[in-house]
Amino acid sequence: MSSREDGPARGPCAAPGTCEPLLAGMAGTACDRDAPLLRAGNTNCGGCGMSITLNMLSRAIGARRVQLAIPACCGIVTAGPFPYSAYGAPVVAATFASAAAVATGLARVAQMNGEDTRVLCFAGDGGTYDIGMATLSAAAERDEDILYVCYDNEIYGNTGGQRSSATPLGARTSTTPAGKAQAKKDILAILAAHRVPYVASVSLAHPDDAVAKFARALDLRGFRFVHVLAPCPTGWKSEPAEGIRLVRLAVRSGLYPVCQIEEGRRWTVDVEPDFDRDALAEYFAGQGRFRGDRLDLGAVAGQIQEQWQELRRRCAGGVRT
Amino acid sequence: MSLEFVSANHAAAMAAALAGRANERARGFGGGVYPITPQTECIEWLCQQEFARGEIVRVESEHSAMAVCMGMALAGARTFTASSSNGLAYMTENVFAAALYRLPIVMMAVNRTLGPPWNIWVDHGDTLLLRDSGWVQFYCEDNQEVFDSILLAYRLAEDRRVLLPVLVCQDAFVLSHTMMQTDVPDLETVRRFLPDLDLPHRLGDRPVTVGGLDFPHETEAHRRQHAEAMARVPEVYRECQDRFAAVFGRRPADAVECYRMDDAEVAFLSMATTASTVRAVVDAARGRGVKLGAVRLRMFRPFPEAALRSALAGCRRLGILDRDISLGLGGVLWAEARACAPAGCVVQNYMVGLGGGDVRPRDVDGMLQDLLARDAAGEPRLVEVGS
Ligand SMILES: Cc1ncc(C[n+]2csc(CCOP(=O)(O)OP(=O)(O)O)c2C)c(N)n1
Ligand code: SF4
Ligand SMILES: [Mg+2]
Repeated sequence: MSSREDGPARGPCAAPGTCEPLLAGMAGTACDRDAPLLRAGNTNCGGCGMSITLNMLSRAIGARRVQLAIPACCGIVTAGPFPYSAYGAPVVAATFASAAAVATGLARVAQMNGEDTRVLCFAGDGGTYDIGMATLSAAAERDEDILYVCYDNEIYGNTGGQRSSATPLGARTSTTPAGKAQAKKDILAILAAHRVPYVASVSLAHPDDAVAKFARALDLRGFRFVHVLAPCPTGWKSEPAEGIRLVRLAVRSGLYPVCQIEEGRRWTVDVEPDFDRDALAEYFAGQGRFRGDRLDLGAVAGQIQEQWQELRRRCAGGVRT
Repeated sequence: MSLEFVSANHAAAMAAALAGRANERARGFGGGVYPITPQTECIEWLCQQEFARGEIVRVESEHSAMAVCMGMALAGARTFTASSSNGLAYMTENVFAAALYRLPIVMMAVNRTLGPPWNIWVDHGDTLLLRDSGWVQFYCEDNQEVFDSILLAYRLAEDRRVLLPVLVCQDAFVLSHTMMQTDVPDLETVRRFLPDLDLPHRLGDRPVTVGGLDFPHETEAHRRQHAEAMARVPEVYRECQDRFAAVFGRRPADAVECYRMDDAEVAFLSMATTASTVRAVVDAARGRGVKLGAVRLRMFRPFPEAALRSALAGCRRLGILDRDISLGLGGVLWAEARACAPAGCVVQNYMVGLGGGDVRPRDVDGMLQDLLARDAAGEPRLVEVGS
């Protein structure tokens, strides 16, 4: 499925200053890009889940030719000031609501000129769930040849931590000081309802699954959407070193389902949770944004149960071929 | 070259399609499009076309229509879209972005009243809202001018000394839905006028970020470069006129167009189709011995200050006709142009034909009587024409 083997042979990520090694250098392999997607010198916070997402994406991209449209979000500040760019690929900094439409333009022109350029959107939850939703929905409906990656830190990180419609129930943000009263949107179901070729969620704590799914999403044609729960120590008030552990807890507890949906119909769970109540408690305890409020763990566990019943029903009801 | 009997909406679409096909041996043509009255017929016509290397993307909003144009332009294609009124207002963020990226996008705007209350008739307030967006702006008087201006716009926009988007405006219904005989050249002739687009900052494989972050000193440099490009427009425009005349055998109008101004002591300054009515009044007044002349501003951005100053040099009384109102100030054209009148000239602002009211010769005549009776200018006047 992956065409990574087709690319030119690449040495390990050894050249100093050119490559930020995946997983603290333990995972530098022959298929890493010469120029990583996220280059050294970027100003992302330590422990930023978006940085880790970019590194995994970089590995999946390998030798493929890519262009990115990135809307206003932490991910464009990452690029750094003109004329520098911390990205190892061409990037258009789009207006906040426009990533999927700018990417549409790039992809259509690449296609009409016979170029095999993979066009990606790399957007935060604000640019995806909120202001960019109409643009995203329209691009999905037109089945544009775009891979849309949403790194979801469940907050408007760039503007200092306000709620988005991806902020979970109970989380305190600067605009929900008493904790958010509403649950987050079900973005996977929304995208699946567009019946696009591929929708997936990936866990940064499961890099093999994540990189494989990114690679699959890169190779497919038509509209693909990948959602990533991206720890944000700054917004979550969590320890920078704890991000991956928090994601693992979210997956184990069933809070963050890791799954994929093909053609909007075939739902598959990729990582089975064990619905551990302690894992759930640890997940919330590890983040200042949930501290001190009246989060009812029992109620959250109940919601997780309901969510999984629905998910199982979808998996069973999906047409299998 | 063939003579077609078409509306200005279709004339604009035909010109855009020709310009697009002229770039099909390069990186092609395209744009995002979204309907709004009275522009819709333009994009509908484009959606009926087949392009060998071109794509018209039917998007969900004007905001995305311009975003698709930006993506396509950054990928090196020639791009076009059209809008009007609230559509332009909705698009505004990306109208600015297109200019800030220095993309040679061409947009046709049908001038229409902003709502609510909803009113589909002509008013220039929508495109004047985009005055400071960094786009070149032309206002047209007939269908041929709309057609020619679209072709001119591409040559101007894509010139390396300019690299700015261009807005070509036409009056709602008066032009957009009025059929006129229009000269439509063939593709080979258009090719001789429009070289392939080769965008210097086209996104390729180089890892650059287009439109990333600026600190103040970079913004200062970028604004200066943008302003310098704007300042070069009049000169490049004249070259485009010359080339247009050489290729197509007719010369498009100047940035500032004068009518019987040589010995004029009284003059009206206007834009777009109002200028046709004013010329009829000039002829009638001349018959009565009034030394009246008319100036039409065709290029609103960059503002052709020097040309306007010299056009108005002999003027003792000047009426400035605005089809717009900047609430709390007066007419936008008046506010910008009054400083170009010579010292001692009485400059009176008339805001007339707002919301599409028909400006008839008798209305202009009424303003002429008012102007002739004045010793000094008064407050900007909102002239109601009734229907
Ligand atoms: C039209 C518009 N409105 C508001 C903003 C301000 N703004 C920039 S980024 C941002 C929030 C981004 O949040 P998200 O998409 O979740 O990305 P993150 O910063 O969390 O990475 C906001 C509100 C803007 N740039 N443009
Ligand atoms: S605020 Fe959060 S998402 Fe933004 S760079 Fe810092 S850790 Fe990353
Ligand atoms: Mg966010």
